[in-house]
Amino acid sequence: MVKRISVVDVDLCVGCQLCMFACNRRFAEAGISRAAIFVQSVGGIERGFIIRVCRACKDPPCAKVCPTGAISKREGGGVRIDHKKCIACGNCMKNCLIGAIFWDKSLNKPIVCTYCGYCVNYCPYGVIKLEEI
Amino acid sequence: MEASSLSKILYIDLDNKRYWIKERPELFKEWLGGVGVGIKLLSEECPKNIDPLSGENPIIFAIGYFNGIYPLASKTVALFKSPLTGNLGESHAGGRCGLAIRMAGYGAIVIKGSSDYPIYLVIDENGVKFRDASTLWGMSSTTAVGRILREKEGIPGIRSIMRIGRAGEKMIPYACVITETFRTFGRLGLGAVFGSKKLKAIIISGRDSLKVKDPRGYRNIYDELYNSFIKSGAMKKYHDIGTSMNVTSLNLISSLPVRNLQKTKFEGINELSGEALAEKFLGRRIACAHCPVSCIHVATLRIPYENEPYFYRIKMIPYDYEPIYALGCMLDIRSAEGFLKIMDRVEELGLDAISTGVILAWATECMEKGIITTKETDGLLLKWGDYETYIEAINRIVEMKGEFYEALSKGVEYASSKYGGKDFALSFGGNEMPGYHCGLATHIGFLVGMRHSHLDNAGYDIDQKLNAEGKKPNPKEIAKMIFEEESWRQVLSSLVVCFFSRKVYTPEVISRCFSVIGIDITPSQLKEKGIEILREKYKFKVREGFSFEKLRIPKRILETPTPQGILREEDIREGIMEYKKLLEGK
Repeated sequence: MVKRISVVDVDLCVGCQLCMFACNRRFAEAGISRAAIFVQSVGGIERGFIIRVCRACKDPPCAKVCPTGAISKREGGGVRIDHKKCIACGNCMKNCLIGAIFWDKSLNKPIVCTYCGYCVNYCPYGVIKLEEI
Repeated sequence: MEASSLSKILYIDLDNKRYWIKERPELFKEWLGGVGVGIKLLSEECPKNIDPLSGENPIIFAIGYFNGIYPLASKTVALFKSPLTGNLGESHAGGRCGLAIRMAGYGAIVIKGSSDYPIYLVIDENGVKFRDASTLWGMSSTTAVGRILREKEGIPGIRSIMRIGRAGEKMIPYACVITETFRTFGRLGLGAVFGSKKLKAIIISGRDSLKVKDPRGYRNIYDELYNSFIKSGAMKKYHDIGTSMNVTSLNLISSLPVRNLQKTKFEGINELSGEALAEKFLGRRIACAHCPVSCIHVATLRIPYENEPYFYRIKMIPYDYEPIYALGCMLDIRSAEGFLKIMDRVEELGLDAISTGVILAWATECMEKGIITTKETDGLLLKWGDYETYIEAINRIVEMKGEFYEALSKGVEYASSKYGGKDFALSFGGNEMPGYHCGLATHIGFLVGMRHSHLDNAGYDIDQKLNAEGKKPNPKEIAKMIFEEESWRQVLSSLVVCFFSRKVYTPEVISRCFSVIGIDITPSQLKEKGIEILREKYKFKVREGFSFEKLRIPKRILETPTPQGILREEDIREGIMEYKKLLEGK
């Protein structure tokens, strides 16, 4: 039962960014610096939004460029990051085509979705869902 | 950073292109944030009796403890001396700026001085960059300015782009500041103050996190709030039709000002009601940052090019109740397309929609009565419903083409002092009238409110409740209710939460919200704080020459019947004086 966050219909997104704040609350903190999901406008709010979140690639490009093996493939798709092994080179971030790896400034380490689905509970318009791969 | 440590004030000096940061935690502890801290900073920074369009006029942006922490705390308060009224300038906006300021680590921003060439500011947690905006100056569209800056400055975290249009550059005293394309610091002329400083835009971004004292309690109370807002359906009306639902409801109770308040029933209702606009034109609904409601309604208008078949211009145009009232009903525009075209022009130029509509309505009535002719308007025949002529008039106002348009560009109070027609010049304390004619409390509210806005104390809401219950309005009781509401709203505007959330954010709930982030304040202390903040605002107003006795009551509001019948001036005056007593604590 491997899961991931999937964007059901991006046109339903109103850009409230509650998912980002929810992701940060996993650490019982307000704000967004540790969020692994990001909502932004595409060429201005009038054109709608895009949602950047890990889509759990079967053969993740981010893992391929990690020099220390800190990013390991998750069985069934997606990755896990072992911050102990991570040397904060940022290769993974650069190699993610959809920009779904973020940087936690306080840890100085990359962050990526853990596929927990907490954010989904706070999306009032059903834009994202937790689905089995 | 700790959620309870709101303290950083960013000072920006445009004369010398330098900035500094001061830690003032005690100011936030004592005055909460938002309008509370803002009015203290304005009183400190704004010398007495200055010209609002001089470099001495400071611009204060302030946010509060709840921004970035709780949902619907998505607002920023701006304070300045208003070039429209020559007194307290206060304007609120949603969008992303409140969150961007908090996530960049600031509690308030103070902008002083003025630049000798056009500039824009890039603000983040590391401070301020001063950039040349000469290329953007004179650009005809505020949307284009937003697009250029968006491309140029990238996307770190939550970001806001505030900018002015031509109206701000030309220092029209009711020019607005637009943020995130569809939200505005609309009222009282912040755009002109930007223009006077040669400040074209501010980009601010941040990506902070905030630690709370009681993490479990925080998550619980967050869920409670989220459920109240979303699952209870309390906010559904704002999401579905949006504020424009008021067009139908106010029309139904004959409280909708039409044709410069000659009437209160609108014949274009089937075209301009919120329901009709949603059905035929609604293209997208958008939310402010950290607000699930998404009340921002944006219409899609497809305009064919005249000389090029099968070629269309697609415009995304925001609409809300107040602009529909001012640019639609007041001008008796009975075509939705016509209204949207005026709205679009007003947005692109960066004017306040309410003031613009009220001024044009006054000018049209002047023409109707023969007070002015096409000689003054340089050939334009202003008549109800003619949106194309109104659009041309708006262009001329912003470019100040000739004596008449120059007078209009200074507001209805000024224009009517020059040309006459004062009895139907609808302004209160120098600020053009919002869209309600519900009864006694509505107008007492406009007059006594510290920014002469319907949002100060929602007198119109008091009237609607009285009217629905069939109760007779009493000036003294009304004054008391208005005072209570206005002082409580100072607390909401200090947090800074949206007024749409006021039924959820009760004193008890706010006190609990504070407690989990590590600040102890009781519901009754909060209420006291609200009164203190209101009195600070009054102190500033008095310092700048305001007095309740001097308030002008436009005759028109006494001529057109409200649902309570014809209003009497003595009742309004009685309410005003009672409010004054309460405010002065006598």
